[in-house]
Amino acid sequence: MAKVIIYPTNSLILSDMVERFGHEPLAMMEKIKEIINTVGVDSPPLNITPEGPKHGLKYAAVEVPAGVRGRMSLIGPMIDLAEAGIIVGDSSFSFGCMGCARTNELTKFLIREKDIPLLEIQYPHTEEEGQDFVYKIAEFLKSLPSGSDEK
Amino acid sequence: MSDKGDPVLVALVSCGSEYAGVQSELEKAASMLNAKLVYPEMDVATLDTIGMEFGLEVASPDLRLMMARAKAVVEGVAKVDGVFVTSCFRCAEAAIVRNELRRYIFEKSGLPVISYSFTERTTAATLLTRLEALTTIARRKHLLARMNQTGITAGIDSGSTTTKAVVMKDNEIVGEGWVPTIKVLESAETALQQALDQAGLKREDIQAIGTTGYGRFLVGEHFKADLVQEEITVNSKGAVFLADKQKGPATVIDIGGMDNKAISVQDGIPGMFTMGGICAGASGRFLEMTAKRLGVEITDLGDLAIKGMGENVEMNSYCIVFGIQSLVNSLAKGSSPEDVAAAACHSVVEQIFEQQLQEVEVKEPLILVGGSSLIAGVPKALGDLLKIDVIVPPHSQLIGAVGAALLASGYVSE
Repeated sequence: MAKVIIYPTNSLILSDMVERFGHEPLAMMEKIKEIINTVGVDSPPLNITPEGPKHGLKYAAVEVPAGVRGRMSLIGPMIDLAEAGIIVGDSSFSFGCMGCARTNELTKFLIREKDIPLLEIQYPHTEEEGQDFVYKIAEFLKSLPSGSDEK
Repeated sequence: MSDKGDPVLVALVSCGSEYAGVQSELEKAASMLNAKLVYPEMDVATLDTIGMEFGLEVASPDLRLMMARAKAVVEGVAKVDGVFVTSCFRCAEAAIVRNELRRYIFEKSGLPVISYSFTERTTAATLLTRLEALTTIARRKHLLARMNQTGITAGIDSGSTTTKAVVMKDNEIVGEGWVPTIKVLESAETALQQALDQAGLKREDIQAIGTTGYGRFLVGEHFKADLVQEEITVNSKGAVFLADKQKGPATVIDIGGMDNKAISVQDGIPGMFTMGGICAGASGRFLEMTAKRLGVEITDLGDLAIKGMGENVEMNSYCIVFGIQSLVNSLAKGSSPEDVAAAACHSVVEQIFEQQLQEVEVKEPLILVGGSSLIAGVPKALGDLLKIDVIVPPHSQLIGAVGAALLASGYVSE
């Protein structure tokens, strides 16, 4: 089983596919669930406090806007853990939406920077492209080590 | 501070506030004012088309969300009393959207709008004055429409540097007091007593009191004030009253001891406004430091500046540390004190021009108020920069106290 970072990081479809092929998706939903359940922190809606952007300094310099660094405080640690990655380019909002273009650029850059198996694929617009899209992702996921001991 | 009754509904048109750790501060400031932040609903499909529709194609989906929410406000889909447009500090893409949305919402809906760029250090206290002005405009328009002072009222402006007080009777200033702010309550007591003495009146003659400025809550509680109000609405009112420009458009620039404000006013009621406060280089403090370095009284700096040529002095920074250093270096190279004084005045107004006036549409008459307006070099530098006549009304340093006394008289009638 490999830890697979997905982009867009909140894509339910991608997350589900990774899981179906026996791997662990590194996705925003899980991360958000984790922080909103943090006992003792009450900063709705996402429970991100001013500490978040400070933690984001590990991934982006201080002159980068607080919103980018706050997002990177969630996404950055996931990239650190990633053993493989899937980046879907030009996807529609319904497939997953990251909100901030600067965060998107940095996220994709940091994933590409890592020496991990990576699939970069464009979002499909026709049925034929859709089938090819699913096939390529499936083949990529099948190619990843299936057991944690095989890493 | 909080008004009873229905909460004021403020549409939050934002990008990134929930990720920057400031969302809870926004909520906190709103709840202190009995305001409720609401998020205008819109069709998600709008996000695909809003860029072209609005004419601003941006890469960030959250900025498109801001545009879609602004459109929902303008079209009346979201019923709100005011709008707060906010995005991350240092994001160029967001700054473009924020400025255009602020203009778009104000021009198309007439709703009061404020905009602010936040960092993770932004706190509820920083947001409070701005949001308070927004809710006041929405909630107390009838009070702000008051044009004449009636009865005997007092206004106290507890500022960061000086405390001002006036006593007004039948639409005239009959007494004034002006003291440095040392201990907030004692300074307020002294200033009010000065004003009462000059008016030949006693405390019990006063029918209503209004307070404003940084110390407004403490002073308001001490004097059991009828009106405790932030300085944006109060100062606008005081400025147009003293300049006799209560009808029609006007722009008020208030350069205080610690911050500055640029307010676009229509019939005495603020529309768009910005408030500085991050950099002391655009405040009276910069001029105070310059006067100290030149060895002159702050009251003499203006006359000195009028005789000088600011462009003869090279300034590398607006900063109160490095900018003053530039002035000191110029003196060392042989610049005249007159030129240095003029350069200091130019530096303050140029920073206000670059940081505040870009966000507020300057409509004449331009009324300059606040303690710094008394330094003659400042209105001259502003007039030179904007190429328009700058009005400095009589008692321009007292606008806050006058505005408070004028608005407080609404409680005499009631």
